[in-house]
Amino acid sequence: MTWETVIGIETHVQLSTKTKLFSRASTTFGQNPNTNVNLIDCGLPGVLPSVNKEAFYKAIRFGLAIGAKINQTSIFDRKNYFYPDLPKGYQITQMDLPIVLGGSVEIKTKEGTKIINVTRAHLEEDAGKSIHDEFDGYSAIDLNRAGTPLLEIVSEPEISNAKEAVAYMKALHQLVTFLDISDGKMSQGSLRCDANVSIKKKGETKLGTRTEIKNINSFKFIEKAINFEINRQIKELENANSITQETRLYDSMKDETRPMRSKEFANDYRYFPEPDLLPVVISDKELKKIKETFPELPKEKLNRYVDEYKIPDNDAKILSSSKSLADFFEVSLENVEDKGLLAKFLVGDISSLLNKELIEINESNLTPENISKLINLISDGTISGKIAKVILDKTWKKGSKPEEIIEKEGLTQISDDKEIKKIIEQILKENSNQVKAYLAGKEKLFGFFVGQVMKLTQGKANPKTVNSILKEKLKK
Amino acid sequence: MSIQFKSILELKSMLNSKTISSSELIEETFKLTKDLKDLNCFVTMNEDSAKQKAKQIDQGKYKNNSYLTGIPLGQKDLFCTEGLRTTCASKILSNFIPPYSATVVKKLEDSGSITIGKTNMDEFAMGSSNETSFYGNVHNPWKRNYVPGGSSGGSAAAVAAGIVPASTGTDTGGSIRQPAAHCGITGMKPTYGKVSRWGMVAFASSLDQAGPLARSAEDCAIMLNEMSGHDLKDTTSLDVEHTDLLRSINNPIKGIKIGIVKEFNLNDLDSKIQERFQDSKKLFEKLGAKFIKISLQNISASVPTYYSIAPAECSSNLSRFDGVKFGHRSKNSNNLNDLYIQSRSEGFGDEVKRRILIGTYALSAGYYDAYYKKAQQVRRLIKNDFESAFETVDLIMTPTSPNTAFEFDSKGAQNPVELYLEDLFTISSNLAGLPAISIPHGMVDNLPVGLQLIGNFLREDKILNAAHVFQKNSEFHLAKPSLEDF
Repeated sequence: MTWETVIGIETHVQLSTKTKLFSRASTTFGQNPNTNVNLIDCGLPGVLPSVNKEAFYKAIRFGLAIGAKINQTSIFDRKNYFYPDLPKGYQITQMDLPIVLGGSVEIKTKEGTKIINVTRAHLEEDAGKSIHDEFDGYSAIDLNRAGTPLLEIVSEPEISNAKEAVAYMKALHQLVTFLDISDGKMSQGSLRCDANVSIKKKGETKLGTRTEIKNINSFKFIEKAINFEINRQIKELENANSITQETRLYDSMKDETRPMRSKEFANDYRYFPEPDLLPVVISDKELKKIKETFPELPKEKLNRYVDEYKIPDNDAKILSSSKSLADFFEVSLENVEDKGLLAKFLVGDISSLLNKELIEINESNLTPENISKLINLISDGTISGKIAKVILDKTWKKGSKPEEIIEKEGLTQISDDKEIKKIIEQILKENSNQVKAYLAGKEKLFGFFVGQVMKLTQGKANPKTVNSILKEKLKK
Repeated sequence: MSIQFKSILELKSMLNSKTISSSELIEETFKLTKDLKDLNCFVTMNEDSAKQKAKQIDQGKYKNNSYLTGIPLGQKDLFCTEGLRTTCASKILSNFIPPYSATVVKKLEDSGSITIGKTNMDEFAMGSSNETSFYGNVHNPWKRNYVPGGSSGGSAAAVAAGIVPASTGTDTGGSIRQPAAHCGITGMKPTYGKVSRWGMVAFASSLDQAGPLARSAEDCAIMLNEMSGHDLKDTTSLDVEHTDLLRSINNPIKGIKIGIVKEFNLNDLDSKIQERFQDSKKLFEKLGAKFIKISLQNISASVPTYYSIAPAECSSNLSRFDGVKFGHRSKNSNNLNDLYIQSRSEGFGDEVKRRILIGTYALSAGYYDAYYKKAQQVRRLIKNDFESAFETVDLIMTPTSPNTAFEFDSKGAQNPVELYLEDLFTISSNLAGLPAISIPHGMVDNLPVGLQLIGNFLREDKILNAAHVFQKNSEFHLAKPSLEDF
């Protein structure tokens, strides 16, 4: 039997506003528990929410970027359910009149490009965190995250496999970071998704029963979780079992999904319009301002890099595909003469380090200051490319300054003719047999002499100078 | 010289003439609260800080000299008061000490008034008799074992007994006006949004509004002047200019047009209550008012509409009382669900539970459209009726309550709906967001009767003007209970 998969994804994007959606408490990540919390966030009796318009501006930017309709009047609703990290006993979200309606996202896979339509995107507040394993016999609540603005982006069920799901998430990640509406840090939960997965017989028009995999927070897990779920459902159906509509959780340790709660026990959320907030109205003037200050998107960046900085097309493509890399490039650029070298270095050595650890450059120890300094040290001949790699390795690990590493480790390139001449003379003397062989026509030995010089100078000799002096010496 | 039964203006002139010091006034006030402890007006007293503030005022440390500087006030126990227990008359908040004050409390205290304590009320403002308080019934100062009305029963009784010249109250369906009527004082519910709801524990957010209970319309104007104003912390508060309500209070009312609602069949009411109504109508006519019959054709739907919307919002608003962060937590729970169930079962009283159940039902999937949504649509119609009525009249006059105060346990215990009908005349102005006042206009069987004047959107000035002129030409508001039962 051939099966077809139907996937729809709900993505939660934490918007990078300074303060929360309904209170003026900070949204900074990683603070001590319950410190980014004010009266509103802990839902004390008598408190009232007031809207942070910045969140709306960011949501609108997303809407405009995907060609959606912007509801200039949108309303908030209450979603009622009990949970200890939901202080009010309801979440303020948008039901009937979301800020963003429709639009689409283009994804790229090996099969080509595909358009995934977006149903809607609405604003809502995040919940706090329950901590179950730190205090013996007790659960703890951290409300720092409670009230952080989320943009929930709901896709149409148009995604056909796990690879497309990953491509869709990558496209969203690229969008929200370029639009500067989220830091996109998946490891910190800034971008996470729920995947609704169902399968049906090929050609069948009726959708199968779906399950929802909750809270997946890495590209790798999206692919694995969905693939596991597809295979599980196929197995169930091929064994003549049925699929239960339920919420499932992906366990990355065991690489499996398992049921959280079934629909029978599902909450009736009792949505109704939030009476504490008036409809939020975005004026034409506000909308115009958002359009006027629209950030540069990848395609525009690519063209600019090629035109303005004469960066090779391929390098420019890589640089402009990631917001953090592009930002890093653009800041480093200011103090660097050789922009091509900078681009090459970022696309080459640095990207391979990032890929190895699966992090973004803004999550690493690298700073634009250190990297531009490093590039300049290469261009002015202070260090060789080889030494540059040594320094990169060190600044990667500890974030130290290149000039300090050089000083501490004595890594300055030796370009002084006299000094190199002296070293070469010594090497030729010590290796008189090889010199004879070379002079007799065994020209391959030239590399051997260069190697010896580098070995003796610990790679610090300027290779150009070494080459030219060596050639001259061996002529005689 | 006794301070009992004195109005704000009278106390103010005593303070200004140094007939009494602020400290003496507060001292006397607390003496009264103790003498009249049986009334059970207060849930929590604020004696130490009240006395301290009075002393500061006497020492001239209070720069602001307003009408309210040095004046003792009761605050309904629904308003958060920083450092002072706020229970909403519920067991579930019996240990709750707020870290902040409601905007209303802050404004009144900033104007120099002195909070002497938190007044008793129906639990979470749900009730019309003050019998749902966890802290016991409040007695009507006019007759022991009679209800003071509710939910602001403690506030009304404290003013009627002359302990404080004024108190704050909240009104979701009549909770200021009905107890004011039953206790023979003046109470006003302002336009929705005139007074900030920040720090006022929510019952039904779209209907709740804070207002004053006092001995006269003039005192209500003084209170409301201080209480109103746009508040950035409450986005539903109105961003409009709030005019001085005393400015036009003495204007002649000759020529004002007062509407009588055709749909309210007053013949159904007790004949003595009808007489009072006719008498007041005559007095207004004598003062130059013209009466016009108006139609509010959807008004009969207001009670069911209210009892769909208010419980729905209440069921959500009261979800935060879950035993997790503040308030009562059951000691008998074994797991999370149990913690919720036990804490809420132990913490809430029957009427609150009833309304949470009704509201939960009204919002449930499959019922939302039939109840909550439909009710909101009807609400719109009721609002439209008022809008067109106010094209022809300045005010609308109705009785405040269909009856006078009743005996404890006589209503509601068996049939809650009977008690819900107490709100027949008051509910519609909450649904429409309009201002309304209740003023005393005589006695029936030794119990006070209230008269309601409803005004157009933000026309508190017109209501207070008419009420004040009425009071200048009558003495109903000056009647005092003998209090010999207490």
